Amino acid sequence: MSEVKFSKEHEWITLEGDVATIGITKHATEMLGDIVFAELPEKGSNVEKDGTAGVVESTKAASDVYTPVSGEVVDTNQAIVDDPSKINEDPEGSAWFFKLKMKDQSEMDGLMNKEEYDKFAKESAS
Amino acid sequence: MEIKKTSLNKLHQSNNAKFVEFAGYEMPIQYSKGIIEEHKFTRSHSGIFDVSHMGQLFIYGDENLTEELEKIFPLDLKNLKQNSSKYSFLMNEDAGIYDDLIITKIEEGYLVILNAACKDKDYQILSNLLGTKFKMNLDNNRSLIAVQGPKSVEILNSIINGVDQLNFMSGNWFDSYNQKLFVTRSGYTGEDGFEISISNENAEKFVQNLIEKGAQLIGLGARDTLRLEAGLCLYGHELDINKTPVEANLKWAISKNRLSNGDFIGSKNIMKQIQEGASQIRVGIKPEGRLIAREKTKIFDDTEKQIGEITSGTFGPSVNGPIAMGYVDKEFSKVDTKIFLEVRGKKHQANVCPLPFYKKNYVKGVN
Repeated sequence: MSEVKFSKEHEWITLEGDVATIGITKHATEMLGDIVFAELPEKGSNVEKDGTAGVVESTKAASDVYTPVSGEVVDTNQAIVDDPSKINEDPEGSAWFFKLKMKDQSEMDGLMNKEEYDKFAKESAS
Repeated sequence: MEIKKTSLNKLHQSNNAKFVEFAGYEMPIQYSKGIIEEHKFTRSHSGIFDVSHMGQLFIYGDENLTEELEKIFPLDLKNLKQNSSKYSFLMNEDAGIYDDLIITKIEEGYLVILNAACKDKDYQILSNLLGTKFKMNLDNNRSLIAVQGPKSVEILNSIINGVDQLNFMSGNWFDSYNQKLFVTRSGYTGEDGFEISISNENAEKFVQNLIEKGAQLIGLGARDTLRLEAGLCLYGHELDINKTPVEANLKWAISKNRLSNGDFIGSKNIMKQIQEGASQIRVGIKPEGRLIAREKTKIFDDTEKQIGEITSGTFGPSVNGPIAMGYVDKEFSKVDTKIFLEVRGKKHQANVCPLPFYKKNYVKGVN
């Protein structure tokens, strides 16, 4: 599996072959608070880089989830729809959102590594 | 304008509060445990809420004041017992609501608790109506602390002895912290609880004492989910100048023997709406599944006709599901009516349901 990469919209992404797994970062869940609702893209649909690919809602507000790369949705994580509190518990592990079959792996190039993202998150939070 | 801070601001900070601006004040939306934990703690133990941003208006006077206030509020104040509290409204001539409030008859006159965002305007309106005959004091030297939840009576009574003798919706002066505190048994969560009016310089010490006894600070986020589960209105959402108490389904708060005379501000429209029925009415709404319908969500019937709008919507931690309130056309206001909520361009089914979502635990008839 590839190194974890991060987007400015606070998604994380890993790549295995041509299938990317995408979720939201721990920092994002800390900003959102208790997550009580999750909506995921439909399996078989195509999503475009930087486009919306889901929604999460906390007790206070709704936020869009974006996809950092383009592709066809090949799997979604029903467990987080059934119990959205799992997203707060393990955002960068078992609470992944969806898997994409990527068209163009060069889309990964512009994303941040962990160190860059931590710095970005710290700066954007202050 | 510079943001205002309550006397508990430093204490909020040291308890890792996340702050928001609310009605010109820097207020804690939540602490480190988060809204759901805070909500559940209040329902099972005792939550402390800093509501010092709210207005504490003391109006001093005798029977003459009671008479003047009856021209303003739809309450039977003449027969209200000393130390009893009532929920009421400040209205315009059309019965549009300027503010909703709690008024308590005290020995010296009345204490009126006003919403933070409305208090200065309310003061102006009441000054204009009452003239200069009565001394009025919108007291900025006092903080207001709410303690809510089943363990509150035990905790508070160990600090202010005697509060356990208060009935729900009544209050009294108590001696503690070398001063007179005004304590009412009331609240905004659907739980048994108290609101304590205490001088600013003693507020932090008092809250620290509550924390030592096992109560915890709770932010405005959980205050909102708690009040929504209890089916209680929030000014600026369920209530505003374009809504009347009849439309808001709050006519229970209007004293019956005041209605027959119709001699208070707004009475004409209220009587008309009671006789003819209001065209829209506030209802409880339960979306199906986990969908959350926020304020301004449009409500439709099973055709394409819009029949109303959501005024508050969130996830109810104690009912473990989404809950909402809103206004619908009269003919759709019956419990179990199927309605549709438009969220992110799609229509989702929901049902009109009885309020509250969460059953109240108020204490009745202690003495």
